[in-house]
Amino acid sequence: MTTLSRRQLVAAGLGVGLGVTWRPARALSDELAGALRGFTGGAPTKEGRVNFDIAPLVENGNTVPITVTVQSPMSAADHVQAIAVFNEKNPQRDVVACKLTPASGKAVVSTRIRLATTQQLVAVAKMSDGSCWTHTVDVIVTLAACIE
Amino acid sequence: MARTLIHAPTTARKGEVVEIRTLIAHPMETGYRAGSDGRTLPRDIIRRFSCRYNGELVFSADLHPAISANPYFAFNVVANASGSFSFTWEGDNGFAQTESAAITVA
Repeated sequence: MTTLSRRQLVAAGLGVGLGVTWRPARALSDELAGALRGFTGGAPTKEGRVNFDIAPLVENGNTVPITVTVQSPMSAADHVQAIAVFNEKNPQRDVVACKLTPASGKAVVSTRIRLATTQQLVAVAKMSDGSCWTHTVDVIVTLAACIE
Repeated sequence: MARTLIHAPTTARKGEVVEIRTLIAHPMETGYRAGSDGRTLPRDIIRRFSCRYNGELVFSADLHPAISANPYFAFNVVANASGSFSFTWEGDNGFAQTESAAITVA
């Protein structure tokens, strides 16, 4: 019979912890990808430049604060034209679509949204040069909004 | 008239990026919920919010039923000249409201 050393047990525990917390990003569902295409006009999207700030564990889906920050100089030549948020499992895919101008100065937008259930959300930014950048997050919702 | 809360600075230096926060009292009825009689309540939401700075459109948003009741928005504007911000909310059932805030740029 082999006995486990304390060191082996600690290492095993660490492995379990990593397996639970580290999950690779899921691919977007077809419907969500379709909504995204509708916004970007078919332009390819890349991960990056966008930071979608939302609590990973939402206790009340009726009002969930979100902040979308985009890295951009916001000059006349290079600025964010639009920021949109899409969801996976509410009755409608659209959440909000904002239009910005160089007069915005900083590409930061905050609002409060409803979430019907545990799901995936995507923030997408459309730049003045036509490129589109996204940030995808998974959130767990414990109290759902009354059907959206 | 719905109650509104607008947080915008009254003074700013030229070229400063100022944050504006707005909130309006509105139920944002989604059109998916059932009322006390079991029938679905008709949709009643704000569809569009826009902010103009001395007449120039600087920020606008299209709202959908997934926006919470009492829609809140925080965004930024570069203070270039003294004048006023005008905020407009438009929605279902002919809802329209405009509020304004003055700013002095030194």
